[in-house]
Amino acid sequence: MRMRFVELTVGSFMVMGIIALVLMAFRVSGLSSQTSSNTYVLKARFENLAGLTERAKVSMSGVTIGRVTKVYLDPEWYSAVVEMEIDESMSTLTLDTSASILTAGLLGEKYIGLTVGAEDEFLEDGDWIEDTQSALVLEELIGRFLFNKAEG
Amino acid sequence: MTMFDRYLAFGRRGVEAIQSLGRATLLLFHSSAWGGPGSAGFSDLIKQIHSVGVRSLSIILVAGFFVGMVLGLQGYTILSDFGSEAALGTMVSLTLLRELGPVMTALLFAGRAGSALTAEIGLMKATEQLSAMEMMGVDPLKRVITPRLWAGLIAMPVLALLFSTVGIWGGAFVAVDMLGIDEGAYWGNMQASVDFYEDVVKGIIKSVVFGLVVTWIAVFQGYDSIPTSEGIGKATTQTVVISSLAVLGLDFVLTAVMLGGV
Amino acid sequence: MSAAEPYVSIRGMSFSRGDRLIYDAMDVDFPRGKVTAIMGPSGTGKTTLLRLIGGQLLPDSGSVKVDGHNIPQLSRKALFDFRRKNMGMLFQTGALFTDLNVFDNVAFPLRVHTDLPESMIRDLVLMKLEAVGLRGAQQLNPAELSGGMARRVALARAIAMDPEIIMYDEPFTGLDPISMGMIVKLIRGLNEALGLTSLLVSHDIEESCNIADYLCVVSGGKVIGFGSPQELLNEGNDEVKQFLRGDPDGPVPFHYPAPDYQAELLSGGGQ
Repeated sequence: MRMRFVELTVGSFMVMGIIALVLMAFRVSGLSSQTSSNTYVLKARFENLAGLTERAKVSMSGVTIGRVTKVYLDPEWYSAVVEMEIDESMSTLTLDTSASILTAGLLGEKYIGLTVGAEDEFLEDGDWIEDTQSALVLEELIGRFLFNKAEG
Repeated sequence: MTMFDRYLAFGRRGVEAIQSLGRATLLLFHSSAWGGPGSAGFSDLIKQIHSVGVRSLSIILVAGFFVGMVLGLQGYTILSDFGSEAALGTMVSLTLLRELGPVMTALLFAGRAGSALTAEIGLMKATEQLSAMEMMGVDPLKRVITPRLWAGLIAMPVLALLFSTVGIWGGAFVAVDMLGIDEGAYWGNMQASVDFYEDVVKGIIKSVVFGLVVTWIAVFQGYDSIPTSEGIGKATTQTVVISSLAVLGLDFVLTAVMLGGV
Repeated sequence: MSAAEPYVSIRGMSFSRGDRLIYDAMDVDFPRGKVTAIMGPSGTGKTTLLRLIGGQLLPDSGSVKVDGHNIPQLSRKALFDFRRKNMGMLFQTGALFTDLNVFDNVAFPLRVHTDLPESMIRDLVLMKLEAVGLRGAQQLNPAELSGGMARRVALARAIAMDPEIIMYDEPFTGLDPISMGMIVKLIRGLNEALGLTSLLVSHDIEESCNIADYLCVVSGGKVIGFGSPQELLNEGNDEVKQFLRGDPDGPVPFHYPAPDYQAELLSGGGQ
């Protein structure tokens, strides 16, 4: 009889652990959002990523519509290439959509912000975003500022 | 005592410490495998998991909740200076999953379950139960030590996960209900920054290592203790002290390795 | 082995713990089928002798032969087998397993070492408990037993595998007179009924003299007297006689060595 109680409690203990693990996987680490929705791929070239990493969010008007999936250096063009997955429901991104690398808050992480343009046609799976704005690098800004100051 | 005598005494203690480590390693080696006449079985494992795991639940859950809440509160004050309150969810969850969950659980475990293990085994030694087993042709290591070692190894990661889980919800309670941070911001940013393999799994690995080390130390101290009430008291204290230091030291090593190449 | 050969035979055995020499080239025989009481002043290592016979300790030199087998030379496995088959030991505190009840404690050696079905094990356990008078207590936990009862259960457990030799470590210590009477009856009774060789270590002179066929008095790492209680009381040397009669002063002095009494009083203390 006592053994039954012990078995029950230990079993519940292990179940609690598994539930905690599952919660961690889906609620906390967003594991599922990777696999669930349907997405299409867009690419963009940047001069300087300045801290943009994989899994960074891609948003338009502040709404997250995708994720950065790959980041690498193009050996031919000597620029950074970013691949991102955009949610299928956002299929009306115009051809002249622009992508900028922005910072969330003062210390925040980098993310990609998209702004639509005025063209009639839309970006499809595998297309390149042409209009890109690299991240603002503090040192370059200061350098430009000093240069301007020195001139006039 | 002259200075020279002090040096000698110090050296002797060093040698004794190394001898202890040797005995402890032999103990681990002889107790890791199951089997042999009169040795423990699956039901003994279950009983031990109940004893070290289930019985530690209350302290782990309560502590986890409070730690999560404090993290939420303190984190908010610091982050709001930088206008980054939105990062609170990220901060609380990463801190817990990577560090505080495994480490605090291990320390609490050492204090509660570790000392209980040491006392129990020490008492068995003092009342000659271990000798009696030997005289009956049963290896006390296989009967008494093996199930306790494995129970600690299994229970610790479960407890650490529960600590982190409860802590994250505690942080959420403070952040969303008390401080008015947007619920979506708390969880959304967290989901964006917490990676299952990098953070959750590595945290679990840490707690498995801690589980082994703490239980090993607890069991050895009990087995090696001087069989008097003084001796057992001393052994229990040593369990808590040595395992705490070991956990903190190992945490540094593991963190350094995990964060990539030291 | 014929009945005349001693069951335990120790030759030239020396054992020291740390710097202390406990046994110095000791020779002694313990006769088969008899009750022998091992006695001596506190701290001479009587319990250590039992451990040496049981193989829990290894002597520095010499031989310890039990039924012809030299214990220190047995491999770990052979030793465990030998103990399981032939030896039973009753510890001072009983040493019952606190996580098992009385029945399971006595059944333990049977369940571990034999393949007997549970029904047979049950019968054997009941028999052993009946022999010590505690069949009715089979469901109790060790924590619920008095000291005397715990020792009787431990005795039942020690004889569960029908050993050839039983060693008792201070079986009379700390018992009330009734419990003591029960233990005495059991030790003697079991020895006759099962043809055991019994070795008991004790301080209690009266009971030991009553119960034992032979007394073995140990002091200073050697055997200073061996024989029947009557022989030793009449013909033993002074030290043995002092011990057996319980004289406070004799070869073992009352005063711990100290400087001259008058001189110390007059010196008025201080370093």
